[in-house]
Amino acid sequence: MKQNAVKKHSRLYPCFTSALFTTLLLAAFFVSPSIAGVPMPEVPKAIKGESCVEDTAFMRRNHMEVLLHQRDKTMREGVRTKKHSLTGCLNCHAVKDVDGSFVTIKSEKHFCNSCHTYAAVKIDCFTCHTSVPQQTVGLRNQ
Amino acid sequence: MSKSEENTTDIQRRKVLVAGAAAAGVTLVPGVMMIEVAQAKPDAESASRSVRWGMLIDSNKCKSGCDDCVSACGKENGWAKDKTPMSQKPQWMRKVNLKHKATGKEASLPMMCQHCEKPPCVDVCPTGASFKRTDGIVLVDKHTCIGCRYCMMACPYKARSFVHEVIEDHDSYMPRGMGTVESCTMCVHRVDKGELPACVESCKEKAILFGDLNDPNSDIAKRLKEYPSRQIRADLRLNTGVSYEGI
Amino acid sequence: MKRVDFLEIEGKSGGFFLLLGALGALLIAALGSAYFMEHNGHVVTGMNNQIVWGIPHVFAVFLIVAASGAINVASVSSVFKKPAYKPLAPLSGLLAMGLLAGGLAVLVLDLGRPDRLIVAMTHYNFKSIFAWNIFLYTGFMAVVFVYLWMMMERRFNKYSRPAGITAFIWRLMLTTGTGSIFGFLVARQAYDAAIMAPMFIIMSLAFGTAIYILVLMAAYKWTGRELGQFVLSKLRSLLGIFIAAVFLIVATYHLTNLYVAENAGVESFILFDGNVYTYMFWLGQILIGTALPLALIFSPQLKTSNNALVYASIFTIVGGLAQLYVIIIGGQAFPMDIFPGYEVTSSFFDGQIGMYNPSIPEIMLGVGGIAIAGLIVTIGVKLLKFLPANLSDNAVDPHHKG
Repeated sequence: MKQNAVKKHSRLYPCFTSALFTTLLLAAFFVSPSIAGVPMPEVPKAIKGESCVEDTAFMRRNHMEVLLHQRDKTMREGVRTKKHSLTGCLNCHAVKDVDGSFVTIKSEKHFCNSCHTYAAVKIDCFTCHTSVPQQTVGLRNQ
Repeated sequence: MSKSEENTTDIQRRKVLVAGAAAAGVTLVPGVMMIEVAQAKPDAESASRSVRWGMLIDSNKCKSGCDDCVSACGKENGWAKDKTPMSQKPQWMRKVNLKHKATGKEASLPMMCQHCEKPPCVDVCPTGASFKRTDGIVLVDKHTCIGCRYCMMACPYKARSFVHEVIEDHDSYMPRGMGTVESCTMCVHRVDKGELPACVESCKEKAILFGDLNDPNSDIAKRLKEYPSRQIRADLRLNTGVSYEGI
Repeated sequence: MKRVDFLEIEGKSGGFFLLLGALGALLIAALGSAYFMEHNGHVVTGMNNQIVWGIPHVFAVFLIVAASGAINVASVSSVFKKPAYKPLAPLSGLLAMGLLAGGLAVLVLDLGRPDRLIVAMTHYNFKSIFAWNIFLYTGFMAVVFVYLWMMMERRFNKYSRPAGITAFIWRLMLTTGTGSIFGFLVARQAYDAAIMAPMFIIMSLAFGTAIYILVLMAAYKWTGRELGQFVLSKLRSLLGIFIAAVFLIVATYHLTNLYVAENAGVESFILFDGNVYTYMFWLGQILIGTALPLALIFSPQLKTSNNALVYASIFTIVGGLAQLYVIIIGGQAFPMDIFPGYEVTSSFFDGQIGMYNPSIPEIMLGVGGIAIAGLIVTIGVKLLKFLPANLSDNAVDPHHKG
């Protein structure tokens, strides 16, 4: 009888401790910004247009899906709509430096970097794509 | 007639004249143009299934020292300014000088991606990054390219180049980056807008003809039907989109 | 059939840790080279737009091909039902996995965008033999893993034959796929030949067996375990037959190319022109890789000489690397015949022999593949019972008296 009682308790302990631990961890995760005072990203305002092509909440969650989908449509099918194009994004979401030139992805002030550095998510777009508005760093002789 | 009636008549006459001139212009212009112009594709439309873009190069018109087409391509697409050593620097297009070993006959011609109907580079790409668009233009999807260079091994025309160094100054209309493979895109960014590829436009001798191979009324189709021409390495049965005269 | 006991190696000696240290250092150097290449771009290597695959690919293909050949020793026991090879089977599986891991690591680290490995594993163009190879290589790891498990867990031993047959068929497909990487290319005279697939199969048997012999002899020498002539003479004969078979297929390939006017150019380039590929072929592949090992193996005076067998195996490996250098780099160096009958010049090196000078980072990366294989085998034999405690004639020869 005594042994059974001990057995029941010994099965409870791991469940209890892990539940407690998880709760504490989650609480720490959610509560920490306000406790620690971690700054939120400073997203610079766009230089053109009244509003983005989609609303902010949608873009925050889904801009990566939009980009992934649009790049295939443009590359593979030749659909060159302006609405979700990367060039379209960059033309509005440009940041000017103190000397008046547009900052490139190398700068912390770049629109994409303002969130991506904060979120520590590396982006690959600008290995190939220009990070400033169209025809600013163009070398085609017009 | 009253003054207001005269004005109305004038306005109406003006409208008829303007409309008539416009109609005449639209009818005449295609006949007047010597070079085939691609119809601009609407932005939202996919590349056409019925069109096959191709080029016809008259090597008789090519001079050995001239490389206007190559320079134009390099400037348009950004590879001319790469500072990488010659053996590793991308060259989307090059002028090839030929001399027949037996007869001594000399020729010069530009060589670039031949935009095959059955591209070996598309067959061998493990990720499908090298692909043929529905309108026949062969491209590299740099989003999926892993830089394995198998397509470079496979290309019978040595058309592809590997980007060996970091690219600093990007052009917005022709993204290119280190670690991926690239080649002539037939200036797809221009063709989709209804413009000509940079090489075609830059040739003073008008040696390069660009157009729709599937349209029997296009200049290129008519010329291919009338004058002898050949595809390079035709025995490989790749049915290239680029053909040459004079060689 | 005498019972054979498998035992882990002790793995506590200074020599063991020295070996681990040396292999570890080579691995770190390789990883550093890979980072250097990935960060600065391939401009720091000797590879260019004419020679797009260089030393890393020579090593990678060698290791992958050898991996498929190394499993052959186990196949002989399970598939061809030769019980004398059964004690040798577990090491064969471990070595195969180690060599393949090394080869794949080098291949992946040389990619222009190695960070896109996930893209490579999720986007497939199934017309490409490369795409099939991704499945064949990773599948091989799984198949050999299962085969080893069936061999090493006593209650599953009855499944080791089906597992062995699967591994045998799989590795034939894998080597066919590797040979076909070159065989499917119409562009170059040196490739575009169906014989590349069987040539790679027979090469795998030679390289795999040579490496197996060296690893076995080293393991037994360095751990003080006995290794008798019963085992070694069988491996010796196998190696000799495979080297001779490689020569037969290589001769067929070259003679066919010489016969056909279309391909005579590349043959003349490799066999007679006196460039680095000519030396690699005649000196490396034929003399060191074929003639010397055959002499050392089949000479009656050296029938029981362990030294002769060691040298024969080393020469086979050197010859194999030379052979792959000629195939992969020589095949690219010969100018592509885009305009037959014409002399060609251009800014893109048309008509010119491709220049290739291997750089240090590339060589380090290639050697790193060998280090990975070495580490896997060295650590494996310490952790698990891959090696029989005793392979002397007493222990394994059923006809041995005494």
